[in-house]
Amino acid sequence: MRDVAVVSFAQMPSVRREAQRNEVEMIGPVVQSAIERSGIGRKEIGFTVSGSSDYLAGQPFSFVMALDAVGAWPPIRESHVEMDGAWALYEAWVRLQHGDINSALVYAFGKSSPGSVRDLMALQLDPYCVAPLWPDAISLAALQARALLDRGDYSERDFAEVASRGRAAARDNPNSQVTGGADIDALLGEPYVASPLRRHACPPISDGAAAVVLAAEDTARRVCERPAWIRGIDHRIEPAALGVRDLTSSPSAELAAANAGVADGGVDVAELHAPFAHQELILRDALGLADGVAINPSGGALTANPLMVAGLIRIGEAAQRLIDGDATRAAAHATSGPCLQQNLVCVMETKQ
Amino acid sequence: MTERIVGIKTPIKLEYTYTPGLASSRYLNGVARGKLIGQRCPECSKVYVPARGCCPACGVTLGEEVEVAQSGTITTFCVVNLPFYQAIKPPYVCASILLDGADMALFHLIQEVPAEEVRMGMRVEAVWVEPGELGPTMESIRYFRPTGEPDADYDSYKEHL
Repeated sequence: MRDVAVVSFAQMPSVRREAQRNEVEMIGPVVQSAIERSGIGRKEIGFTVSGSSDYLAGQPFSFVMALDAVGAWPPIRESHVEMDGAWALYEAWVRLQHGDINSALVYAFGKSSPGSVRDLMALQLDPYCVAPLWPDAISLAALQARALLDRGDYSERDFAEVASRGRAAARDNPNSQVTGGADIDALLGEPYVASPLRRHACPPISDGAAAVVLAAEDTARRVCERPAWIRGIDHRIEPAALGVRDLTSSPSAELAAANAGVADGGVDVAELHAPFAHQELILRDALGLADGVAINPSGGALTANPLMVAGLIRIGEAAQRLIDGDATRAAAHATSGPCLQQNLVCVMETKQ
Repeated sequence: MTERIVGIKTPIKLEYTYTPGLASSRYLNGVARGKLIGQRCPECSKVYVPARGCCPACGVTLGEEVEVAQSGTITTFCVVNLPFYQAIKPPYVCASILLDGADMALFHLIQEVPAEEVRMGMRVEAVWVEPGELGPTMESIRYFRPTGEPDADYDSYKEHL
């Protein structure tokens, strides 16, 4: 395998509603910032790939219009995934394994504010027997949370503790959207949104964008003092039918974590893409993280959840801690689909 | 015998509040004042009309606001012969028009000239709706019509085809 590293990361602050700028105008500064920080010239970038969803934008081929933000003339090598940007990063990593290029730009964007995201998410479900019932995103997550409570290992207080820790951490993150109200008893006093999920256990609705630059081998060493070397990256998926899954565990995350080599060394920091509080508990178990691991020091998806972006942000946040010298080994996770259906795990180290 | 199911109906309706963005808003607000406002790329100096968020060639945010002329040159065109639901009776002409001072052609109708007389290089000007009817929409320009000037040299617009 060719050594590939994250050498720069940029994101815009997540907001509830970006009422002025369109997608291109959101992406432009973020992409320009990531490229500038990478020390690699824009024309040197060997491959460009994005993650986004036309369903969010409400217009077909919206990702093609987004290309305005990267400068695609003369023509560039470019690709897109209709997924979170973390999967775009996976494609870039695979592309860099070919060996003919040395750098890649990965970006992701998502505006949830134009539509009703809670309803929209129903359209990713089985179109014959499930989607016509319009089960919204929060209700499905609540089914999973209920199943987890029924198993008996966790309580609603554990959900509130996850949210409280995320909110406290988010105070140091200028890109977060939710920072207030971290008192656990106060959180437990909130009414249910969809029992057993209270407001604090659900993510905010966010508009956002992020970008990462990857570089291989000598290019990474040349431009970055401490590149975040990707030691393992893998993604696995579970059946679409919710009824055939055990929603209280995440075998796909467990397998991805094993293949990415999470357990091959100590983990200083883990960024877990858990849009709902109980999902962080499931993921912590699936990745086998020890008690001392700093989980979601960014605040996590409970404090900023731009769809199609929040997974890439996890990789970027974890990588940034390595690049800054605050950690030496990190695990980043991204999810997609209802109730943690699909999971990606990326292990990064500063060690050459 | 069980009935063979050949299809089901699952109505889907999603509503969106579309954001045109800063650049398109700037352009449309200009149109509402009877002006054609573009933006210049700080890297390649090209003027985009309508203004857009980024220069798609350079990948940088567009800068300086530039008002361009309301007359220009037809770079290419097509004659619409097919009737469907349009407000204008065919045959009529749609054209790419390179406004003087702009580096990107915009698309609009050509009227007040028989379709068969429209040609590449023809000089045209905007015909606006009455001042009281101006709004942030391309319909504020009713169409473009020939100015009667001599045709532009092919060399002056060959880069814009």
